Amino acid sequence: MSTTSVLGGVVKRREDPALIQGKGLYVDDVKLPGMLYAAFVRSPFAHARINSIDTAAALAMDGVRAVYTIDDVRHLGPLLAQLPVGKQRPLLADGMVNHAGEAVAMIVADSPYVAQDAVELVDVDYEPLAAIVDLKEAASDAALVHDDLESNTIIAWAGHEWWAGVIPGKDGSAEIEAAKQRDDVVIVSQEMVNQRLIPTAIEPRSVVADWNTGYDRITLYSSSQIIHAVAAAVAKTFGLPTNAVHGIAPEVGGGFGCKLNVYVDEILTCFASKDLDRPVKFTETRREAAVSTIQGRGWIGTATIVGTNDGEILGYEFDGIADMGAYSQNITIAIPLLGVYVAQGQYDIPLSFNIKGVHTHTMTTDAYRGAGRPEAAYYIERIVDIYARKIGMDPAEVRRKNYFKKEQFPATTAIGLTMDSGDYEKSLDAMLEGVGWSDLLAERDQAQAAGRHVGIGLSSYVEVCGFGPSILAEFGFSFDGYGAPSAFTGTGLVRVNTDGSATVIIGTGPSGQGHETAWAQIVADGLGIPMEHVTVLHGDTKESPFGVGTFGSRSIAVDGAAAYGATAEVRTKAAAIAAHLLEASADDIRFEDGSAHVAGSPDKAVSWADIAKAAHRPHMLPEGMAGGLEAVNYFDPPNATWPFGTHLAMVEVDPETGNFDILRYVTVDDCGNVVNPMIVDGQVHGGITQGVAQAVLEEAIYDQDGNLLTPSLMDYPIPTASDVPSFELHRTVTPTDVNPLGVKGIGEAGTIGSAQTIVNAVVDALAPLGVEHIEMPLRPRRVWQAIQDAKGA
Amino acid sequence: MQVSMTVNGNTVSEDVEARTLLVHFIREQLLLTGTHVGCETSYCGACTVHVNGEAIKSCTMLAVQADGAEITTIEGLAEGDELHPVQEGFWERHGLQCGYCTPGMIMSGVALLADNPSPTEAEIRHGIEGNLCRCTGYHNIVRSIEYAAAKMRGETPPPAEWEEASA
Repeated sequence: MSTTSVLGGVVKRREDPALIQGKGLYVDDVKLPGMLYAAFVRSPFAHARINSIDTAAALAMDGVRAVYTIDDVRHLGPLLAQLPVGKQRPLLADGMVNHAGEAVAMIVADSPYVAQDAVELVDVDYEPLAAIVDLKEAASDAALVHDDLESNTIIAWAGHEWWAGVIPGKDGSAEIEAAKQRDDVVIVSQEMVNQRLIPTAIEPRSVVADWNTGYDRITLYSSSQIIHAVAAAVAKTFGLPTNAVHGIAPEVGGGFGCKLNVYVDEILTCFASKDLDRPVKFTETRREAAVSTIQGRGWIGTATIVGTNDGEILGYEFDGIADMGAYSQNITIAIPLLGVYVAQGQYDIPLSFNIKGVHTHTMTTDAYRGAGRPEAAYYIERIVDIYARKIGMDPAEVRRKNYFKKEQFPATTAIGLTMDSGDYEKSLDAMLEGVGWSDLLAERDQAQAAGRHVGIGLSSYVEVCGFGPSILAEFGFSFDGYGAPSAFTGTGLVRVNTDGSATVIIGTGPSGQGHETAWAQIVADGLGIPMEHVTVLHGDTKESPFGVGTFGSRSIAVDGAAAYGATAEVRTKAAAIAAHLLEASADDIRFEDGSAHVAGSPDKAVSWADIAKAAHRPHMLPEGMAGGLEAVNYFDPPNATWPFGTHLAMVEVDPETGNFDILRYVTVDDCGNVVNPMIVDGQVHGGITQGVAQAVLEEAIYDQDGNLLTPSLMDYPIPTASDVPSFELHRTVTPTDVNPLGVKGIGEAGTIGSAQTIVNAVVDALAPLGVEHIEMPLRPRRVWQAIQDAKGA
Repeated sequence: MQVSMTVNGNTVSEDVEARTLLVHFIREQLLLTGTHVGCETSYCGACTVHVNGEAIKSCTMLAVQADGAEITTIEGLAEGDELHPVQEGFWERHGLQCGYCTPGMIMSGVALLADNPSPTEAEIRHGIEGNLCRCTGYHNIVRSIEYAAAKMRGETPPPAEWEEASA
């Protein structure tokens, strides 16, 4: 766009100097005068009746200011949800507890230590009841999780009923049934678990509420991915106008979806702050992050492929159950549906997808990195691999044979959605050429011939992100439930200040994705000014237009485009001002190196400071032009974006121990145009690692009574540096036309492509022994057992 | 109880409850909030500081146990405006995303290089096993420490992967 172009290049992050010196501000660092501290009494039972709660001893303790139960806050109603389908969570347990860890009472005290001590003094009389944990049992409705609901199933996608009449999808059930009757087909079917995970941002969630009862205004700090929605939800709960709540999300120490929610502590700290007329802080412990912050995944389902002997897939069926947990929160019920959107993967094949979401007596599930799409990718890519092995065909070629072809784009999926752009063969070829596919297979074969258990796993993936088009607000993609009926529009405000510097205020906010750097690149490029003259502000509801937040790999594709649009508007006005000052035509104005000059006359120039000065002294402006130099843009994309790619892993299994090493991990990702390749690569590294973690290490395990057996980092081992290799990253670039930057989003892609890649590789390594499938996580015991079972078979 | 220690070169003397954890003493009483709490159980390492030159997890040490000790936190690592080479490495090689684990990770990296100035990749990975990062997949943290190791040995750090790619 100009000679100072910084768009698309590596720029070191401007966020880093503060963070590497310990000077970043996270919510738990906030200390307000007179601040009190909250702690929660939590249920040790997954399902129990509460006969009584005795708070007297806790209240009598020195330093305890208040103990609240549901009787104090029942009038506020339940916790608001974006999609309030199924059972909504009470702010504190109301006569019953429905998962272990549910908040029963809140203590507020002078110090966090005293608050924690007082938790032990609250005497709750529980009457334990049988817990429903097993998904098939829950789906059977043999017993109900909530007596006042008719069924445990709260959301179901069967065939295409849900969107019937809205999107012209094509239910492939009849076609698939017909194919099954042919005598020249192969049918492969496998039940697989996509286990529950705990998102585990390293920063525990933290909130500070300060209700000024004089002005009836709340200042609310929260480590949230959706601070505008949280502020709106607080306002709605207390009957205040939305702008009475000033939400601030400073540095957010990782989110991955678990901070894409509204939590009871965000409401209750506000309540306590008003009641006690003091600021109140709550910071969860790691154990609380496990039992009372949302979890992810939790599917069981059977995937089936009907295909020919030469690799033509005639249909893909899925029948599964997704665990919703005890209560619906933000978008709990939408997670399986996000899986439906990409259920067929990269393949142009008939689809029959059936999934139901059921309540259980466990913590709520919701969006965790990928949110439905890793689950969907796992099932299709595992069963495609199983099919390829069954017919003895190269797994790369089976995939290629069934892809949507480049010339089909924009392509329509089986359920009737339009995919913006894609070139799946280019991605596969880049992978196969990059790794030297036939040589790699030969290397594996030699190793296996020599008695080593080396395997190669491949996965294609397509994801849908960059939400999104405002029409989707009519189908639940909005914050209506929080009293903020905004669609997932992008917002950006660009202002040229009196000194010629620029301030960008964005509606979204980062939790590590480098927004400050990327947005500075976009605006500096658009205005032709040095990046250091651009300040990026985020995470503050008072400064910015309503903003949606960072989730669903949406920020750059939607809010980035809004900043781009606002920049263009500012540039147009600046050109008119410069033309006026230079007595030239606006069409001839060029912006370069921090100034505007007339094309062909570099000496005839004004600086941005000159333009800014004129903009703030309207008498210097052209006749009729208003003062100021700023623009706000609400960007409404016509479609979501559809990134895609190919992952490959090479592993070696030790059959004596069941342990395995990841020898190589290679990706070819395509997220359209790239604003900052360094940041994009970093997103892929982290994404792969979370998918590998699901494949190898992580599992939220509940026992039959609904106790979470994995609430600490000892029981829930997220990867250490020794658990993953260095990664080999490659890229293809297939821009989208749904936004002017041509960008798609990359936050979740690594996770969506990786879990099945690892499982495919391990199964490939053990296939000579007869192993066909191993359930995740592939811990040594499980791999070893699979080897023993195969030997015994 | 009264405790005295040297923190980032300054002598401090404060009253603490006997049960006060060192990390809370550092954060709440000394207001040095660069040291973070991620798990309270010594697994995540976000609270890593140096006590008498050793990297330790300050969430499972009492402030009174550090009486008389010499402590360095992330805030004490840079020399004025000059970043420590490990800090510089993290900036140069995109070794952080959300930044929450970063102070502890850097403190462990510094201790690792003090013990082993020329670590292999495997030694770096092993050396930072006690510090969990959920954002970076460790790839660029390893590159950051390799950068710092070279710099501290007086060598030119290996080029960034993106520099290699464009070369």
